[in-house]
Amino acid sequence: MNFDLTDDQRAIQRTAKEFLADRYKPEEIRRLATSDDDRGFTDEQWSAIAELGWPGLVVPEEHGGLGLGTIELVVLQEQLGYALAPTPYLSTVAAGLLIAAAGSDDQRARWLPPLASGEARGTVAVWDEDAGWSPMPSMTDPRGTKIGVPDAAAADVLVVAGADGRHWLAEPGAATVTPTPGIDTTRRLSTVELDGGDEMPGGPELDRAYQRIATAVAAESVGIAQRTMEMAVQYAKEREQFGRPIGAYQAVSHACAQMLLETEGARSATYYAAWALDNEPESTGPLAASMAKAYATDAGWRVAASSLQVHGGIGFTWEHDLHFFLKRAEANRRAWGDPRWHRERVADLAGI
Amino acid sequence: VDLTLSPQEEAFRDELRSWLDANHPGPEPEGDESGFEFRRAWQRKLHGDHWAGVSWPKEYGGRGATLVEQAIFNEELARSRAPSPANVLGLAMGGPTVIAHGSEEQRRRYLEPILSAEEIWCQGFSEPGSGSDLASLKTRAVRHGDEWVVTGQKVWTTLAHQSKWCMLVARSDPDAPKHQGLTYFLMDMDQPGVQVRPLVQITGEAEFNELFLEEARIPHGNIVGGEGNGWAVAITTLMHERATLAFGLQVQVKIALGELMEKARTTRANGKMASEDAVVRDRLAQLYIESEVLRLNAYRGLSAIMKHGVPGPEGSLGKWQWAEVNQALTELAQDIAGPRAMLRSDDWTYRFLRARANSIEGGTTEILKNIVAERVLGLPRMR
Repeated sequence: MNFDLTDDQRAIQRTAKEFLADRYKPEEIRRLATSDDDRGFTDEQWSAIAELGWPGLVVPEEHGGLGLGTIELVVLQEQLGYALAPTPYLSTVAAGLLIAAAGSDDQRARWLPPLASGEARGTVAVWDEDAGWSPMPSMTDPRGTKIGVPDAAAADVLVVAGADGRHWLAEPGAATVTPTPGIDTTRRLSTVELDGGDEMPGGPELDRAYQRIATAVAAESVGIAQRTMEMAVQYAKEREQFGRPIGAYQAVSHACAQMLLETEGARSATYYAAWALDNEPESTGPLAASMAKAYATDAGWRVAASSLQVHGGIGFTWEHDLHFFLKRAEANRRAWGDPRWHRERVADLAGI
Repeated sequence: VDLTLSPQEEAFRDELRSWLDANHPGPEPEGDESGFEFRRAWQRKLHGDHWAGVSWPKEYGGRGATLVEQAIFNEELARSRAPSPANVLGLAMGGPTVIAHGSEEQRRRYLEPILSAEEIWCQGFSEPGSGSDLASLKTRAVRHGDEWVVTGQKVWTTLAHQSKWCMLVARSDPDAPKHQGLTYFLMDMDQPGVQVRPLVQITGEAEFNELFLEEARIPHGNIVGGEGNGWAVAITTLMHERATLAFGLQVQVKIALGELMEKARTTRANGKMASEDAVVRDRLAQLYIESEVLRLNAYRGLSAIMKHGVPGPEGSLGKWQWAEVNQALTELAQDIAGPRAMLRSDDWTYRFLRARANSIEGGTTEILKNIVAERVLGLPRMR
């Protein structure tokens, strides 16, 4: 019984932290987040990530990936959230997970090696135009409109989710991709008009692929919570009002303590989900993944919002970096099933 | 990250489970006095097979269990709904404090009767004027030759009327700075200078007592950890309280949550079962998640202690979070009951009232937030 990371996992964590701190400094994130480019990242940045082998992290070894587990993915995702790196990484990983789980042999052979090496990028089109609160799509053939498709403008392949677990693969040539303004401009969204695609046969690992994606998003929000908490604590030590640092007032220091409570809770829930998905995928995995997605993405939002309150007026300005984190935290809450939807899953799976 | 039990841990759990199957004493009888004797007998049984003081070193009669094994022990006892042993404060706090700070002579004198429940222990820390600001306590100890004469008042003293020994912190040097003038004594409760009065709480029962000390006598040899060193010794006691109780508490929350889920499934409201109501489901699911987070944080805290020798930041959050979850649980139970919540018709209305103390007892939530803010986050002290 041990929650510690292994030496290998720790090496991934350290490499990621150093690499991202070096390549994604606040001014670069601001530049990308406010640029007119529809993709929101550079080719050079993607090549650097590909050279590290990250796109192939969870792709099976027989398809050119590293075949590592959800824990390793979560370690990396937490750092990507902490750095708020604008990158199509998660979209590409998500497409790879679904193709590995539901694709035919030919589809896997065609797409997984280039996705693993970073030569190709992918994404997943989930939400229908008339989507309610549920993330479950109602599309019955690969024609029609998908909204909020992340990184579609940079994708070479789209996994399209339909009703009753049906999925299709579509290439951008068979679709019209229209970049759409999102609140979080560090992950660009598009509306996609589909005009056909190749059906994927499906498979028993499909649900687990979605659970791994949800847990990866949760990990990103853990990183956001950690970072915005650190920003609040730093500011509370420096900013003086009424002749003392504001962190000496309990109204402020107790808000910061609450941030720690939620950040650590989110981290526990997320690492547990990653472990459960790798080790007990049938029994505790699905429940643990929904717990992590609900708790950690809520925590990401609440900690970022509380951090803004601690910053006072400066936190509400465009000039301050905090709002980029706040917006990603909110987008993560809404994507891949919102906290309320995942709590309903928890209620079902826990027998409430 | 490996959340499976090691073969040794699994063997420990299986041995404990089969022992519990064979020796579980059943539910506790009603009534304060018979309940206490029942728990004393239960502790003797535990001690007979070396299950009392699992965390204590073997040389002092304990089992020398690892931290994970201690966690398993507390979880399994709570899960099987075994009664707590009679000498709960002696086992969890008094013994570990004597082991850490006592002389070899004191260890030989006090430890065995704690394990056997022959001598029950209580804790004399809080005073009417010193709650969160414990170090401001005023109970005076004045030395007369080989004896100390103690006068003052203590409050929230669990088990005082059953106890032989009191872990007493008193001011032995009124001129020293407040943290340095304190001494930790073991006081014999069986003497005319000690008066015990039950303290009736909002539930109507008296779990606690007030202690009135009027020239109570304590031999000099009953000091633990040295004269003037009482604050450091008291902190050891309090750390043991928070560390070891956490695992039992998180399992109790899980059991209570299971009962609340059952209540929601069997309570009809607005033409359907409460568990079918979207708001009730959402709140129950949130509590389910938070109770899991409580359990996982406790295990992460253990991993940190095993690695670094000290609790990580997440360990200090457990007591605070437990209080919030337990209070929210009992509030949801009241909401599910509707107008019946006005009646004292079942155990939930009792629990609802009792839970009010959760964010006060064993360190108020406000003090715990101060500790987190100052010692974990490094924010400036408010004073």
